[in-house]
Amino acid sequence: MTNSIEEIEYTDVILATGTNTTENHPVISSRVKRAVRQRGAKLIVIDPREIDLVKYATIWLRQKPGTDVAVLNGLMNVIIAEGLYAREYVENRTEGFEALQKTVAAYTPERVQEISGVPAEDLKAAARLYAKAAKASILYAMGMTQHITGTDNVKSCANLAMLCGMVGIEGGGVNPLRGQNNVQGACDMGALPNVFPAYQPVANDEVRARFEKAWNATLPSKPGKTIVEIMDAAHKGEIKALYIMGENPMVSDPDLAHVEASLNHLELLIVQDIFLTETAMLADAVLPSACFAEKDGTFTNTERRVQRVRAAVPAPGQAKADWEIIAEISVKMGYPMSYASAADIMKEINSVTPSYAGITYERLEEQGIQWPCPNTDHPGTRFLHKDRFSRGRGLFHAVEYIPPAEQTDAEYPIILSTGRVLYHYHTGTMTRLSKGSMERCPESLVEINPADADKLGIADGQTVKVTSRRGTLQAKAKITTRSDRGTVFMNFHFHEAAVNLLTNPALDPIGKIPEYKVCAVRVEAA
Amino acid sequence: MEKKIPLNIDGRDVEAAPGQTILDVAREQGIYIPTLCHYSKTTNVGACRVCVVEVEKARSLVASCCMPVSPGMIIKTDTPKIRASQKLIVELLWASGDHNCLTCEQNGNCELQNLVYWLGIEKPRFNVDPPGYEIEKTNTVIQRDLNKCILCGRCIRACNEIQVNEILDFSRRGHRAKVGPAFDADYIDSDCYFCGECVDACPVGALTFKQARFAGRPWEIKKVKTTCTYCGVGCQMDLNIHDNRIIKVTGNRAYQQPNEGSLCVKGRFGLDFVGHPDRLKSPLIRKEKGGELVPATWEEAYDFIAERLAGIKKKSGPESIAGFSSARCTNEENYLFQKFMRAGIGTNHVDHCARL
Repeated sequence: MTNSIEEIEYTDVILATGTNTTENHPVISSRVKRAVRQRGAKLIVIDPREIDLVKYATIWLRQKPGTDVAVLNGLMNVIIAEGLYAREYVENRTEGFEALQKTVAAYTPERVQEISGVPAEDLKAAARLYAKAAKASILYAMGMTQHITGTDNVKSCANLAMLCGMVGIEGGGVNPLRGQNNVQGACDMGALPNVFPAYQPVANDEVRARFEKAWNATLPSKPGKTIVEIMDAAHKGEIKALYIMGENPMVSDPDLAHVEASLNHLELLIVQDIFLTETAMLADAVLPSACFAEKDGTFTNTERRVQRVRAAVPAPGQAKADWEIIAEISVKMGYPMSYASAADIMKEINSVTPSYAGITYERLEEQGIQWPCPNTDHPGTRFLHKDRFSRGRGLFHAVEYIPPAEQTDAEYPIILSTGRVLYHYHTGTMTRLSKGSMERCPESLVEINPADADKLGIADGQTVKVTSRRGTLQAKAKITTRSDRGTVFMNFHFHEAAVNLLTNPALDPIGKIPEYKVCAVRVEAA
Repeated sequence: MEKKIPLNIDGRDVEAAPGQTILDVAREQGIYIPTLCHYSKTTNVGACRVCVVEVEKARSLVASCCMPVSPGMIIKTDTPKIRASQKLIVELLWASGDHNCLTCEQNGNCELQNLVYWLGIEKPRFNVDPPGYEIEKTNTVIQRDLNKCILCGRCIRACNEIQVNEILDFSRRGHRAKVGPAFDADYIDSDCYFCGECVDACPVGALTFKQARFAGRPWEIKKVKTTCTYCGVGCQMDLNIHDNRIIKVTGNRAYQQPNEGSLCVKGRFGLDFVGHPDRLKSPLIRKEKGGELVPATWEEAYDFIAERLAGIKKKSGPESIAGFSSARCTNEENYLFQKFMRAGIGTNHVDHCARL
């Protein structure tokens, strides 16, 4: 997030697009709801599903899945045409406006209505509401990113915010709401194929030389492969050994049949986890690890706040903290690693990660600290890009609308989107063991619009068969207007109805994120 | 500069900021005024009247939680008249419910019990006459015993004003008044999201965590502050530990950002996995392809892994080895994992599920 969670409550307009935040980040959603109910803020929801936030919205734009760039360009079209954009800000702090203006000129409200189904008048009203706010915050999540145009969608959000001068101000910003406890931290720490900690490129000679010195090793210069690319390479036999720590690709990744074949191709699969997951069952070596309640460390939340995790109970059996296991394997492999504690590792992180340089365990004892925090006297940073962007001027990216990779046809006439529900988390290895969650949500459901259910002769609670070009599964139908006509929604928490048997592994060319929000399926009574 | 408001409280001349209540000023001054229905960051309703004080020239005792200060106010917080009034209220609350501390989970952590003790009440002057509601046990995580409810409304404000889930409200009137979801439904039959904010807000034993029932007394529990393991909000919370087991999870409003004490159903009730019998307890290795996974010692597992990894690296080069780190693990572990892959193995094929 460019801004802080707290600021959401004190802004004037909130534009939530592609984020079902009441279910995925419930405590953030309370901020949104308090802003609306108690402080008079206006909420714009852009989402194909009738999510709970719609109840609190002033304007709801229900676009066809995958048409986000068109809708966002349409908003900017109206804002520029009506002269509502922040001229001074655009002039002083940004570049590339002319190209943006030229591109969005073609996205008239009427054309956007044709592409997305969003009524032209609603689009205009939303554009005016956002642009006229003194401060407005954009919230987004996987509904924006899990498309082949995920990067374009995010760029479009940034374009819109900069166009209206909403970046670098308190209560403004472009705010991705991250779905996993430490996905921000894993990225910050360089658990990515192309960068070292703090996003320092591996291909940069100067950077690499610094890390070679710090780590006393020769380091490869060529950026590595992403998850989905690694799976493909394993399938082809190019990747022969895979070490998986705390992930369950046998449920979470797209096109599971392909994932299983890829993992079975490996000469060596090592899985380190807290349970014998679907993935661990395929492994050659399984290592038992301690869970978050059994070890010390830090997580970094979606607003860049680094916070302590503390050991509260002993780990079961011989299970050990992941950091201990990694260090011991490394020593066995001949690369020395010696740390007495998690705090010890943080000291090394401080020395090679400029944005974390001032974040020490002593300082984290009472309160978390938001990076960038360059030294131990620095209080941390509540919002980014104040007065100046990281690169100097904010760069507009003129982006054209591209339709989703897979289109519906006579054989597969319905769009399937996937996501989470409130009571479960990711591949379900944790929440499915919780009585409370299972009592509220014991199985996967196919959310289908009443009109479609009627047409297909499907009753509420009836088992249906959902088939895509890649696979088929069965689950019970839930008839609800939350799904628009011609669309269904399923969660990915239940391996018995593993929705990733159906999903399309088509990737965003830059972000390499699979298009989980759009694939074509057929639904029929089972 | 905002204009300061001069006033006198318990003989002290002080200056207050406009908009402050008498209760705010008293707390700033370290003067104790008891409260029950007051719950910060929600509407002051002045329902319970235990926070009453005497204000010179006022016609009657005033509820300090609701009364804004005004210039020249002379306030007393400790007079026989105030104490008599507070005793009457507390005795009425006591008599109208089933406040049996012997079996109450909140024994030792109950604001009504504390108040009885503080006021030195031997027993209520009224006959104890609880309403006789059935204890709600229809869900597995929250127990509701409305016989212990003092109708302070904190759960209602927690639900509507903090979580904004808009499930709870009062129904009926007078001594039949009751708190609950629409149509007097049980939680499980309502639209309740089971965030548990109402349980944290309850000052007595009316709302309690069912799985913590008989699992440990308040004074036996060790609270460990940590960060939630679920979504990216990073809620700060207290794991309540007894006998090396997490018996419940509570919010703590003193922890401030990012969640100011709020939690959701996953963080609150989703930690059954931690002590689950299915947890992996020993390393397992599969000595031959197609064979079974069998338990091994750490030493055997490390040798098994190191030998094979080294062999593959030697035969096919470091580029044939890849690693998935994890958004579930700590910063320290992610740092170490990528360092191991890059410096230990010699490959940049390291990624995690940020995109999934």
